[in-house]
Amino acid sequence: MREINFIQAINEALAEELRLDPKIFMIGIDIWVGAFGATSGLTDEFGKERILNAPISEAGYAGAGVGAAMAGMRPIVEIEFASFFYCCWDQVCNQAAKLRYMSGGQAAIPITFRSVCGAIGSAAAQHSETVYSQFMSVPGLKIVVPSGPRDMKGLLKSAIRDNNPVLVFEHLKLGRTKEEVPDEDSVIPLGQAEVKREGTDVTIVAIGFMVSQALKAAKSLEQDGISAEVVDPRTLIPLDEETILASVAKTHKVLVVDEAHLRCGAAAEIAAVIADKGFDNLDAPIKRLTTPDVPVPFSPPLEKFVLPDDKKIVSAVKELLG
Amino acid sequence: MADATISTEKLLDMYRTMQTIRQFESRVRDIFKEGKLPGFVHVSIGEEASATGGAAALTVKDYITSTHRGHGHLIAKGGEVKPMMAELFGKKTGYCKGKGGSMHIANFSLGILGANGIVGAGLPLATGAALAAKVRGSSEVALCFFGDGASNEGTFHESLNIASSWKLPVVFMCENNLYGEFTAGKDVTSVKDIADRARGHDMPGVVLNGNDVVEVYEATCQAVERARKGQGPTLLECKTYRWEGHVVGEEAFLGKKSYRPADEIEAWKKRCPLLTFEQRFVPDTFSQAEIEKVQAEVAQSIDEAVQFAQDSPYPEPEEALEDMFSEA
Repeated sequence: MREINFIQAINEALAEELRLDPKIFMIGIDIWVGAFGATSGLTDEFGKERILNAPISEAGYAGAGVGAAMAGMRPIVEIEFASFFYCCWDQVCNQAAKLRYMSGGQAAIPITFRSVCGAIGSAAAQHSETVYSQFMSVPGLKIVVPSGPRDMKGLLKSAIRDNNPVLVFEHLKLGRTKEEVPDEDSVIPLGQAEVKREGTDVTIVAIGFMVSQALKAAKSLEQDGISAEVVDPRTLIPLDEETILASVAKTHKVLVVDEAHLRCGAAAEIAAVIADKGFDNLDAPIKRLTTPDVPVPFSPPLEKFVLPDDKKIVSAVKELLG
Repeated sequence: MADATISTEKLLDMYRTMQTIRQFESRVRDIFKEGKLPGFVHVSIGEEASATGGAAALTVKDYITSTHRGHGHLIAKGGEVKPMMAELFGKKTGYCKGKGGSMHIANFSLGILGANGIVGAGLPLATGAALAAKVRGSSEVALCFFGDGASNEGTFHESLNIASSWKLPVVFMCENNLYGEFTAGKDVTSVKDIADRARGHDMPGVVLNGNDVVEVYEATCQAVERARKGQGPTLLECKTYRWEGHVVGEEAFLGKKSYRPADEIEAWKKRCPLLTFEQRFVPDTFSQAEIEKVQAEVAQSIDEAVQFAQDSPYPEPEEALEDMFSEA
């Protein structure tokens, strides 16, 4: 099987879906140039009428995406960096998320929001934030956080085909990561976690870029005779509770690793689900490893200090296992 | 007279719509004050002409977006008073099965993309509906109703910029009723005429007597024609006035505090949209009897709507958990 990288996976998913359905169009800032490469070449095949270069005007163009979805189209809206979602909070949370429910189920809002998310190296607090936890508190949105090229392509295709607002968060640190990705139509359904590595002593639930860190940590722990299982939820909404709980039932100990902040974060939600539904299977308190509750700092040593990584995962697991 | 080209049938339709809005809103005000409606309501008594004249320039397939003061827009776009009234009562037979209420009534099959509880939210949505038409190459136009308050929101400028840059088929209709909630527009707005803001976005801006349904209709027809030809958006400003407060029953919490002069309210009542119509077309175009017949028929339809709403069941409580995601 051929290998492609994370960015190529996004590009392929977009092109394949645009080819399949004329109702799909894209709108976003700088997507003609395709600054990170995800939209490279799309105007050549699909034209500037379907690949729309938006003004720097998030509320305006994200809201226009929602309106177009209400009027029967299937827009893909790109928000350059996830912190910029704050500029169109109303359009995502008050409009896209609620219009179907408020209309008594009349409307379908088939819209996909894609955004670069997470710390990419001294981009400072307004270009490094992991914001999906905030959106998890807004009923009406689905949330996808792929951890590698194969999942990226398959999940993005599912997101685009979904009839609801779906937010897809793409970590640029994964940009050059290569992986075998099937040529054919490789759709991965939303709401299915994947056990990325089997183990028996401890479960590490890791989200997005943290999956790569957890896998590295698991290799290192193996040297010390610790067998770690790594579970990737892949989508936070809907959340595949069953796969997570099954792993906890096997290992009886769990560490949840997330780049988002600690307070009310995705890790807190996953920990709460395990506490509610898997308490009897636990031999130790659930542990969380996340970015602490400070904005992501600029200076390299400061940034490194706050972000979870493989070494911190190893330490946290050892602490958990006593 | 410019309105010589409007058929008498169309004129009478518009009068019927204005009567329906007036009587619907008056009844809603009364039954709210009787404590029969949950929540709170914003009525548009005095603003019937802009809703009616604007929507009368559209086809069924065209879109509207509306506001928190949206009952009139919905009626004008073809919304039926029974499911509208039922929605206000929170009943299962309402347009939104009781999930939306007064501020969120929608009917997608009529092109009504919803009233909206967020000031300025409809502007990007209407721009997007127009964008949908442009991308797929179809002929629909979007008419965006919004208030003077919304014209100070960022979404106003962002939407006008996008619509003008891309020549989208959208008509922005500002109903300037002089007050945003409890604050006079003149105290918080940089321009006297909101239509002047059109210049900043390179589109026509037209000030209209918003209480003259014929003037609004004709101007909207021109703007719709321009939009359909691919020539881009227009900003229409309808000068109008709301006779009631921002919300019905506001005196209960405002007490004796007043933010509108009594003589201002009285002066605008003399410029009533229905009276304006009657003075112009009765008896030359319509007899007094014809007008009274419309009034009586509308009164009966509103009675029936209230009865229907009161007789309708509430949704089952568990329905609160339905209608989240579309499975199709």
